[in-house]
Amino acid sequence: MITKSLYQEVILDHNRNPRNYGSLDNANRSAEGHNPLCGDHLNIKINLSENLIIDSITFQGESCAICKASASMMTANVKGKTQADAETMIKEFRDMTVGKLEPDDDHHLGRLTVFVGVRDLPTRVKCAILPWHTLQAALNSVTTISTEADDDPMHVSIGNAS
Amino acid sequence: MTPIEPSLRSSGTSMFNVEQIRSDFPILKLKIDDKQLVYLDNAASSQMPTVVMDRMLRYQTMEHANINRAVHYLSETATAEYEKSRHKLKNFINANEDREVIFTSGTTDAINLVAHGYGRKFISSGDEIILTVLEHHSNIVPWQMLAEENGVKIRVVPINDAGELLIDEYKKLFNKNTKLVGVTHVSNAIGTINPIKEMIEFAHTHGVPVLVDGAQAAPHMKIDVQELDCDFYTFSAHKLCGPTGIGILYGKANQLNRMNPFKGGGDMITSVTFEKTIYNTIPHKFEAGTPPIAAAIGFGAAIDYLSSIDLSTIEAYEQSLINYATEQINNIPGIRIIGSAAEKVAVLSFSVDGVHPHDIGTLLNQEGIAVRTGHHCAQPVMQRFKVPATTRASFSFYNSMAEIDALIAGIQKVQKVFL
Ligand SMILES: Cc1ncc(COP(=O)(O)O)c(C=O)c1O
Repeated sequence: MITKSLYQEVILDHNRNPRNYGSLDNANRSAEGHNPLCGDHLNIKINLSENLIIDSITFQGESCAICKASASMMTANVKGKTQADAETMIKEFRDMTVGKLEPDDDHHLGRLTVFVGVRDLPTRVKCAILPWHTLQAALNSVTTISTEADDDPMHVSIGNAS
Repeated sequence: MTPIEPSLRSSGTSMFNVEQIRSDFPILKLKIDDKQLVYLDNAASSQMPTVVMDRMLRYQTMEHANINRAVHYLSETATAEYEKSRHKLKNFINANEDREVIFTSGTTDAINLVAHGYGRKFISSGDEIILTVLEHHSNIVPWQMLAEENGVKIRVVPINDAGELLIDEYKKLFNKNTKLVGVTHVSNAIGTINPIKEMIEFAHTHGVPVLVDGAQAAPHMKIDVQELDCDFYTFSAHKLCGPTGIGILYGKANQLNRMNPFKGGGDMITSVTFEKTIYNTIPHKFEAGTPPIAAAIGFGAAIDYLSSIDLSTIEAYEQSLINYATEQINNIPGIRIIGSAAEKVAVLSFSVDGVHPHDIGTLLNQEGIAVRTGHHCAQPVMQRFKVPATTRASFSFYNSMAEIDALIAGIQKVQKVFL
């Protein structure tokens, strides 16, 4: 059963010891993501260099293990990447969790494919995606996003930010 | 873990045999990825016994036509069966008359009916409504909509740390502007049984009518609306082993008569011209359009089924379930039970240290155990206990002690994963 593999050691480890957890002084991009259905929220802060490289990134908040591990692994993966590369990953991650991209396809997600199991748990897809949409919002200089209502990221087109 | 004996004696002569009861519910045999289903989400919706499904099938197979309309055999039969269901519900809650039972699409619909039919007519700017912290969103939002519309003020009865309403505070909220009390009989989030009889009595000394949300009470205890003397009482069939899409609003005839209709349309009128429309009498005044007839008849069959077991037997057995579950869960370190009212139904809301409810829900699901995680449409309760969400196991009379053991083992497994 796929959900069995969802709580893999790598996810549990990132939940227990989240990377890049905390605040960031001199951040020039930040956003707050909410999931009003469960009260989860997280804040992402970025230092984006002049040539659009994510020099540093941190996150903070309260959330389930899936969301926290996703945020932790995301920050570890996008740090040092360009905004464009990060946006490609956001799109790929989203596509994977909704079944439009298979772990065997070409992509830049690396170990992040451990989250593929959430696609079988529609209520948990939002948990895994929340950090990614918050990242997108931060990169776009949008300060808050929500998993629900008009600003539901599931309804917002992602990855085509100018 | 020492299993305790369920109280086996019913009030009648028959023994309560949970295994036999379980065989009435085909879905309970289901396997979820090789794991035996353990269904502990009964407060959200209960399962349906075969007799109820059969009854609805028989209706569709042999009795269906629109009601209250034609003189042909099927229409007469459908109308008679629909009305028989109303009569069963009247008996079930000991209403005075059949016409005091209005079929609605459920509890939410019934509360909206009162908010429109009563609220808009009799409650206006400067008036006050008393609600409680324990309300489900469906007994909050319709009143907020009314408040937004005409400036009605909502006042809220607080609770103590056990999750019990502070009745002294409740009494202090009354003044000359108080026009209605809306109170849930039982909290869906934490199981507290509210002292509604005392609350109704007090409200009536101020001439204030009371609407009781019985969605979580009717499945678990005998309801006698005349003894309670409530003005309105409502519940949904789908929490009482019946189908979705149907419920009732009980209202005292004199209240229902003076209210405005809620929805306009067919069946709720006696005559229509473009100059003037004359509304039908109760209950039809509140039943515009073609209702879910099969569901209403299924509701009646569910009431027959529950009555055949007897609500006091159900109540006693479910109390033994919650006592056992509480005792067992208290043996696990790192668990906090949310809601420990002296009087509560078989609902166990809890949090596990260091583990988010969503993760608990997903991991228990892997064991075949269905629980609800989240705020349970009762965010004010969550805010009061300073938790964003809880895990809730809610029991029914068809749950067994062995299923509680499965839940406990499941929780321990979750803790191990997150160690
Ligand atoms: C206390 C309470 N009130 C109202 C409702 C709403 O019932 P329904 O969704 O059937 O209208 C529920 C069901 O979740 C409930 O538990």
